[in-house]
Amino acid sequence: MAAVSPILVTKGLSRSFGGLKAVDDVDFEMAPGEIRALIGPNGAGKTTFVSLVCGRVEPTGGTIIFDGEDVTRLAAHQRVRRGIAYTFQITSVFGNLTAWDNVALAVQRHAGKGPRGARGLREGVQEALLRTGLAGRQGVLAANLAYGHQRLLEVAMGLALKPRLLILDEPTQGLSDGEIDGFVGLVRDIARDATVLLIEHNMDVVMRLADRITVLNAGRILAEGAPDAIRADAEVQQAYLGAPADG
Amino acid sequence: MAFGPHLLLATLDGLVTAAILALTALGLSLVFGVMRVVNVAHGEFFMLGAIVAWFVSSLVDAHPAIGFLAALVVSPLVVGAVALVSERLVLRRLNYQPEATIVATIGMLYIIQQLALTTFGPAARAVPAPFSLRIDFPWFGYSGYKLAVIAAAVLLILATWFVLTRTRVGLVMRATQYDSETAQAFGIPVDRVYAGVFATGAMLAAVAAVLIVPVQQAYYLMGLDPLLLSFIVVIIGGLGSLRGTVVAAVLVGVGDGVVSAFFSPTLAKIIATLLVALVLVFRPQGLFGTTAR
Amino acid sequence: MTDRAFAPTLALHLGVIAVLAVLQFVLPDYHHGLLARIMVLAIFAMGYNLLFGYVGLLSLGHAMFFSAGLYGAGLPVFHLGWGVPAAFAAGIAAGGLLALLVGVLVLRTTGVAFMIVTMMFAQAFYLAILYFAPWTKGSEGFVLPQAARAIDIAGARWDLTSPSMRYWTALLLFSAVLALTLYVARSPYGRVLVAIRENEERTRMLGYDTFATKLLAVVLSGAICAASGAAYVLIFGYAGSTLASIQYSILPLLWVLLGGAATTLGPLLGTVFMYYVIDVASGYTTAWLLIVGIVLILLVLFFPRGVLGTIRERWVPWLP
Repeated sequence: MAAVSPILVTKGLSRSFGGLKAVDDVDFEMAPGEIRALIGPNGAGKTTFVSLVCGRVEPTGGTIIFDGEDVTRLAAHQRVRRGIAYTFQITSVFGNLTAWDNVALAVQRHAGKGPRGARGLREGVQEALLRTGLAGRQGVLAANLAYGHQRLLEVAMGLALKPRLLILDEPTQGLSDGEIDGFVGLVRDIARDATVLLIEHNMDVVMRLADRITVLNAGRILAEGAPDAIRADAEVQQAYLGAPADG
Repeated sequence: MAFGPHLLLATLDGLVTAAILALTALGLSLVFGVMRVVNVAHGEFFMLGAIVAWFVSSLVDAHPAIGFLAALVVSPLVVGAVALVSERLVLRRLNYQPEATIVATIGMLYIIQQLALTTFGPAARAVPAPFSLRIDFPWFGYSGYKLAVIAAAVLLILATWFVLTRTRVGLVMRATQYDSETAQAFGIPVDRVYAGVFATGAMLAAVAAVLIVPVQQAYYLMGLDPLLLSFIVVIIGGLGSLRGTVVAAVLVGVGDGVVSAFFSPTLAKIIATLLVALVLVFRPQGLFGTTAR
Repeated sequence: MTDRAFAPTLALHLGVIAVLAVLQFVLPDYHHGLLARIMVLAIFAMGYNLLFGYVGLLSLGHAMFFSAGLYGAGLPVFHLGWGVPAAFAAGIAAGGLLALLVGVLVLRTTGVAFMIVTMMFAQAFYLAILYFAPWTKGSEGFVLPQAARAIDIAGARWDLTSPSMRYWTALLLFSAVLALTLYVARSPYGRVLVAIRENEERTRMLGYDTFATKLLAVVLSGAICAASGAAYVLIFGYAGSTLASIQYSILPLLWVLLGGAATTLGPLLGTVFMYYVIDVASGYTTAWLLIVGIVLILLVLFFPRGVLGTIRERWVPWLP
């Protein structure tokens, strides 16, 4: 992967809350187009790490470089405009708006103005809803959607931003097996034109999707490599599961 | 009068204001601290306290001191009861949701004010002081009653502080303030604590009003100034902080007394209000507050 | 706000305007004058609704924007003899500028702090009007001379002291602001405002500069309220500090809560309703504050969505 320039680089990235080092001196790189899984026990700093990348949390040290540009000091919304999208761990769709309006919020900023913008908006929303299988529910208030559909709507908003890096924070949490299968297909589809960074507890999903896996423990990178190598890594098993990582 | 004595007089008057303000603001601060409710009707509880004091003292046909003492007992009880009823009927049903309770207490403000106007009338009425003692300074004489007001307020504040920090009741209140859900889980009747705190807050305002009414006269619109000043004090002192509230009350009370003695009171109020708004914008934990919650 | 048919919405709003237009030929003098006043104040309520209803920011200080328009338009006429159009523009500009200044500060706070800070700024503004009494005439206020309240357009005279011209002017301004709110509510910008109300953090993570968006809303809201104040002084000819008091910060909140927050017609409905409740009640009692208080409490307790909000929720989901 050394040939292509990385889309995301962090150098010495750190964040502490009080005395606790949630993220501790992390050097991290992602190649364009890959699906990377970020795993680790609870409290390992996964969510803090991606929050630093997307700008929801300010670092106490280190730099973040996105596509060759230092974005460390940029506000969250400016990073989103440069192509970093984040889907929330806790579903946070706009409950009092329809599914259509939820997605429209993600599309309208880059749809342009005037009649052409209006058409671009309709098409963009339609596409995102179709890809996530929500087209039939566009008029439903988000709060009234089933939980699995709310998660999909969250993803639809993420991909409607047309991101170059899509960060998914525990997207399959609370989904049924059937929904998870559909979801795996969706992520593969998204990864054809975006880089995906995935926080995931379901090891089956991780193994099916990830090109590479980064293991975080106590705010530091414990191991990084291809799924098979990580699966075989005794240290990871001990830190993460205390048992074979087949979950 | 020369500048020195004039300043002393202004400071003494400022201390009286500060004493009353500290008591009133303490009530507001307590309610906000424990219940997270901004009680816009707090000034009306103050006004109600003064008006009830007038009714009581005009009914008692004896030495003014007896009428005053009766008012000092009856008025807080009446005001506390009114607060308790409004807490049960309105605030509890709103689940103490901050924004809804502000709107509701604005409603209470109007209702109390109008009822006071209807029953008490638009005139300002005086309550006789329990005693008339004049203390002579070399340059001017000063009302002994006003000095007694300061002493009484200090005692009441100390008593409140003692209850909050050294007794079981205070512990229960602080536990509720810290985390009402956990407090509930530990068997603290949060619901009753809230009712008690709201009534106590109103009673503090009523006591303050009874103390000041021999100096200031009862009037149906008298609640607005204490409300705004209490807001200022509570904000500068740090929302919900007891010590900060008292310190800020002294600062604001004396400052107000001194500044209004030498400058236009309106200009002083404008500057004070703007400064306080800026404190809330840039230092929401208050000037003396330690942590933002 | 889904891409839905616009026809019923348009018909409803045109219908309301048409009814208001017809009413002026039907109503007796007293109600004719009252309704003109209500329409001007409904503009105030619509400006308030933009911020409170759509963005979810509950201000307790909008009297300062209303009175910025009131004095911004009234003082130049009174002291400098400005014409009506220039004064009207000055009033709106005063409100917009004040809103920009205040907005930059108050938007750093949220929730309860926002309510208190807006209230304090408004109180400072009110006190400033009293302080500058030599110019503003303080609580007594001032009356604009009749001759100053007319516009000469190409030889024709638009006289704001005649009841029928007052009514038409009020209706014209009301309709313009109603159209503006309807446009904003249906626009992509309006969608972002509602998104901020629902979940500001999520909105930011969709790439929106939520601070700038909210600031624009404060300025827009302030300018609309100022337009109402400017229209008030130019049409009815009076400005006084009472119109800047805290009462006038609470009233638009009451009107909007009653009619239905985040509905385009709610502000009008709430203003009309409240005015007539007080009007009817004043036949029996002078205690109109009591009624305001009771209505406020009943609304937050049992009817938090207001009349049109409830109707939208239960029966007419397309209601804007």
